[in-house]
Amino acid sequence: MNEAVTTKREFGLPPPRSQWWDVWDQFRTHKGALAGLAIFTAILLAVVIGPWLWPYDPTYADLRSRNAGFSLVHPFGTDQLGRDLLARMMAGGMVSLAVGMTAMLLSVVLGTLIGVVAGYFRRLDGPLMRLTDLFLALPLLPLLLVMVMLFREALSRRFGPETGIFILIVTAIGITSWMHTARIVRGEVLALKEREFVLASRSIGTPPRRMITRHILPNVMSPIMVSATLGIANAIITESALSFLGLGFPPDFPTWGRLLFDAVDQLQLYPSRVILPGVAISLTVLSVNYIGDGLRDALDPRIRGR
Amino acid sequence: MAEAGRPLVRIRELKMHFPIHAGLLGRRIGEVKAVDGVSLDIIEGETLGLVGESGCGKSTVGRCVIRLYDITEGSIAIDGADISRVDQTSLRRLRPKMQMIFQDPHASLNPRMTVAGIIGEPLDEHLALSREQKLARVYELMDAVGLHRAFARRYPHEFSGGQRQRIGIARALALNPKFIVCDEPIAALDVSIQAQIVNLLEELQEAFGLTYLFISHDLSMVRHIADRVAVMYLGKIVELADRERLYADPAHPYTQALLSAVPEPDPEHERHRRHIILKGDVPSPANPPRGCNFSTRCPRVMDICRQIEPEFLEVSPGRFTACHLHGTTAQKNGEQQPSTTQLTH
Repeated sequence: MNEAVTTKREFGLPPPRSQWWDVWDQFRTHKGALAGLAIFTAILLAVVIGPWLWPYDPTYADLRSRNAGFSLVHPFGTDQLGRDLLARMMAGGMVSLAVGMTAMLLSVVLGTLIGVVAGYFRRLDGPLMRLTDLFLALPLLPLLLVMVMLFREALSRRFGPETGIFILIVTAIGITSWMHTARIVRGEVLALKEREFVLASRSIGTPPRRMITRHILPNVMSPIMVSATLGIANAIITESALSFLGLGFPPDFPTWGRLLFDAVDQLQLYPSRVILPGVAISLTVLSVNYIGDGLRDALDPRIRGR
Repeated sequence: MAEAGRPLVRIRELKMHFPIHAGLLGRRIGEVKAVDGVSLDIIEGETLGLVGESGCGKSTVGRCVIRLYDITEGSIAIDGADISRVDQTSLRRLRPKMQMIFQDPHASLNPRMTVAGIIGEPLDEHLALSREQKLARVYELMDAVGLHRAFARRYPHEFSGGQRQRIGIARALALNPKFIVCDEPIAALDVSIQAQIVNLLEELQEAFGLTYLFISHDLSMVRHIADRVAVMYLGKIVELADRERLYADPAHPYTQALLSAVPEPDPEHERHRRHIILKGDVPSPANPPRGCNFSTRCPRVMDICRQIEPEFLEVSPGRFTACHLHGTTAQKNGEQQPSTTQLTH
């Protein structure tokens, strides 16, 4: 890229610069990814810093000003109990984003680990893939129900009601959504393993651990990125569904999904209450998808520099 | 040169059978005998050419020799150390001695690593060098194979096939190996680039005292680079001889057929040359024929060929062949050599 500089000086060439600069250079050329990054950062800042600046408590009910429309005092209006919607959106966003990202991380890490191990070590392939099939065949909601029944009390006692539920939900979503990542990754690893550069690395004597981190993982990055960005969206929506069924956070605890489902009853009277959390979820998902898209391109040296 | 040195690589009765699994339970129903009893000595400093048609097992031999596969039977010793049964962890210490150059330069380089990363990988694995030392060594290797130093931080897709093959060669040289398996290093390249790469390999051999096992199906290229040539057919070596003698006077009918297929640049010779056209296909290595492997296609097949497998014998000093025409079993046939003058101008 800085061709002129490197060829001008025959000797004492600058040491190869870190490839992360190349990645950033490429990422910057992807307009959608930059916009996504900006929006995602804005949402993140709003939900993390917002509650500190905004005077209203998300659970404070002011019955005299319920069902208020947009105003300077309540920019997003209030709900049927007079709770400020902006405050609830910010508080709910924090929970939704935290659940979404943690669950996605768990699911991607689990899926990648199982996929890579199953693809790379032939002996473990059969058992691990049967395990994956088993999880795919499990009915999700009854399983979650059982998990909540079994562990809710114990976790609430141990970590407090909110953290306990958070751990429970993140784990529940994480361990029920890794299977697709695992299967995709396994397929890619099986194909990669037969490529000559992996053989070349074997002939050098690279042990399996470094073979995986150096040659396999960077080359299965694309499907993992796609899985991860889709995973966030999936996790946010699953959390909403769980809250709706009463299996998630307690009813007065705001999350985007909760707000959405609470407002569905009065969709015709107050459409903005559905639209606002809906837009928040969509924007988050969309921006994360674009970031993932940009990252995937930027991490691939064949696309980089075009 | 060939007779003088000591064998660096000694292969005895090497067998590599790949199991065939089928059915619901994946039961083993047979095996592909990719390599079925190969014995070879590769003498220090020489280039041994290994030729044969596609699927005859020559690449598998190459990969077995540096133990990319766990061999089924036989023994392999490199520089006196037996590596045929050693597990991969202990093998790691011996890896620097033996390296490999691969056929497809597009597939043999990790697309996500820079050239410096690719050439530096063996250094990372086997030596504890500082960042500067490593970079200096990488530059040194790039000089040796004729790559510009400024290319160090580029990625493989930015190079042509020939340049990529140079990167692969630099990687193979990184640890100062004694023995390099060249697995059809020129097969995927343009003719004009082939000569460059072959000349580079020859220069490097001279400069670093390398020993090559040069696997190829290109007979004229092997004639150019190899000191001795081994001909393989269906998992077995049928003939092994010095280059000049093998090309001038092939002993085995398969070698004769193979050589008669090499195009002749002189149209006058080409017109009067007798081609030996083999009939039929190569039998499946999963189910090789009884007796001699070549008996199903051999133009000079005898009854004994279909019954008894010929031994791989030294028919004259430095010249080995596995054929009943030359063995003790058919001494009288061995006398009347076919007139090969027509075959090789």
